[in-house]
Amino acid sequence: MIEIKGLSFKRDSRFIFQNLEMTVAQGKITAILGPSGSGKTTLLRMIGGQLKPQYGFLKYKGKDIASMSRSELFGFRKNLGMLFQSSALFTDLNVFENVAFPLRRHTNLSRQAIRDLVLMKLNAVGLRGAASLEPSQLSGGMARRVALARAIALDPHLLLYDEPFTGQDPISMGILISLIKSLSGTLNATSLIVSHDVMETLTIADYVYVIFDGSVIGEGTPREILDSSSPKVQQFINGTRNGPVPFHLDAEDLEKQLMVVEKN
Amino acid sequence: MIALLDRLGVWALNYLSRLGRATSMWFTSVAHIPHGQDMHLVLNQLHHVGVRSVLIIVLSAFSIGAVIALQFHTQLSRFGAEDAVGLGLTLTLLRELGPVVTGLLFAGRAGSAITAEIGLMKTTEQLSSMEMMGVDPLYRIVAPRLWAGIISMPLLTIIFNVVGIFGGFIVAVQWLGSDPGGFWSGMQAGVELWNDIGKGLLKSLLFALVITWIAVFQGYDTEPTAEGVGLATTRTVVLSSVVVLAMDFFLTLIMYGDF
Amino acid sequence: MGTRAIEISVGAFVLSAILALAFLVIKVSGISLDTSSQVHTVIARFDDVSGLRERSKVTMAGVTIGRVADLEIDLEYGQAIVYMEIDGPPGSLTIDTGAQILTEGVLGARYISLLPGADIDFLQDGDFLMEGNTQGAFVLENLIGDLVTRLGGE
Repeated sequence: MIEIKGLSFKRDSRFIFQNLEMTVAQGKITAILGPSGSGKTTLLRMIGGQLKPQYGFLKYKGKDIASMSRSELFGFRKNLGMLFQSSALFTDLNVFENVAFPLRRHTNLSRQAIRDLVLMKLNAVGLRGAASLEPSQLSGGMARRVALARAIALDPHLLLYDEPFTGQDPISMGILISLIKSLSGTLNATSLIVSHDVMETLTIADYVYVIFDGSVIGEGTPREILDSSSPKVQQFINGTRNGPVPFHLDAEDLEKQLMVVEKN
Repeated sequence: MIALLDRLGVWALNYLSRLGRATSMWFTSVAHIPHGQDMHLVLNQLHHVGVRSVLIIVLSAFSIGAVIALQFHTQLSRFGAEDAVGLGLTLTLLRELGPVVTGLLFAGRAGSAITAEIGLMKTTEQLSSMEMMGVDPLYRIVAPRLWAGIISMPLLTIIFNVVGIFGGFIVAVQWLGSDPGGFWSGMQAGVELWNDIGKGLLKSLLFALVITWIAVFQGYDTEPTAEGVGLATTRTVVLSSVVVLAMDFFLTLIMYGDF
Repeated sequence: MGTRAIEISVGAFVLSAILALAFLVIKVSGISLDTSSQVHTVIARFDDVSGLRERSKVTMAGVTIGRVADLEIDLEYGQAIVYMEIDGPPGSLTIDTGAQILTEGVLGARYISLLPGADIDFLQDGDFLMEGNTQGAFVLENLIGDLVTRLGGE
């Protein structure tokens, strides 16, 4: 469904992606694992058409996203649901209106139909009772579930999740995992998860890419990733302190730096 | 030397590209005249930037009117020209202080709030998520605020002027005992509909365009961090105030200058 | 805050601004809404109308009865021609009515004071006041100049 070929993206002369190759299969949950700062959010933005790659292309159903016209892009985005890391609920609307927002914007449904749809979507994430609350009254976990209800309001074909598990307590995490899984089942949508929470991601993904330093260092089913022989992949999924990825950022030798007497 | 030129060049390019982005943002959003379901967004914003600024406008206008009347009265009564207090006060308010002080208060009260709100929306990815939903934040977020600001400012200026005159009336007539007939007739003989009232309101409309433009752009272009939003808010107030004062000088020169 | 409350408050805001504007236009700039009421014009020549302007008051015995409608210059005689709009239908001012330009207070606004005459004929719409019955503005600088010359002469 999404095909990424030879993708490179540079910011301030630093490569965030270098020659990235990936395929997101229709109807499956694909996960991208990578340490923080590896540009995962940037990748989602490129898929959503907010950023353009400098080299290579991203294709959605065979169409290059970066060269879509404005109306094509907005049409494509109607089929896209994205769950942001910060939930990004609209603070000037209450929970009900947040979920109703895409429906009001993109459909001509009657008030009654919108009301029913919103309540169904909220019910799907177990928060029908929170409809009249303001976003500021929600806990982090609830806010993310509301954001999920909003993301699926238009029954999108493609769901993007940006760090869905970060900062969640174990219970909300469990709820989110089962929600993501069941949603991709009931909506028959294609899901793409970017995350650095290894174990949670591995439990729901059908196919996993591990990226590091702007390129794919490992890919396969969760089982294959866990059994990977690559030391980098092993270090990342086990969270060991030292390995191919150094704990210390490049710096002068500690001893030398400490010995220097400051001039003033 | 070369390094200095280089820095200057980079600065100028950055500045120009910011100006370009700000201009294109303004035209894109203002061209979107809200209609249909967007009308209630404008209404909400009229409430936020207009209604909520009324209190501070009324309080400031009253005290400024009172103070001007007091000063004029003490000076003019030495020449027995108390009747000129009403006219002097009114012209000062209509031509200068009404639009300028309303502009400054508006920048501090509403402009900063607009910047902070939009900046926070950007920081919390609300703008980005809206875009991902296929809704242009320039239409949904920026346009209603621009329009509400442009509508509110002249209305607030009118209220400011009237409350200021009322404050002056209280001081000059009720308190210092000027003749009310002289107060009003002096005013009526000297105030002209277009030259004084009209041009003053035109000034406030121009201030409104600039203040809302600055406020909205600073919010939209903010660094998406808590610190960035803080800085952007400060910049809105400082920049709008300076621009309003500078603009006022040139507008006065053009409108009332003799050349 | 409910939608309804917001609508009401915005409505009140706009309404109060409109009322305030009406106040400015009517009470402050002194434009009369009552345009239907009848007025007539009389014209006077003055040697000097310094400080007089459009919409300056025209009074008789201290009561405002009209306003200056227009000021023109007659280059041939070097005189100012003042069109005065007098409230009410023609027939209120006699043809020997006098006019002088006075000042409210020492530094106040200039206005025209009409002096009632005794003739039995009345000024019609567009009539001129009699030559010699008008007294122009009393210019403080000229007076001081005069005084200085005289004092110097003695």
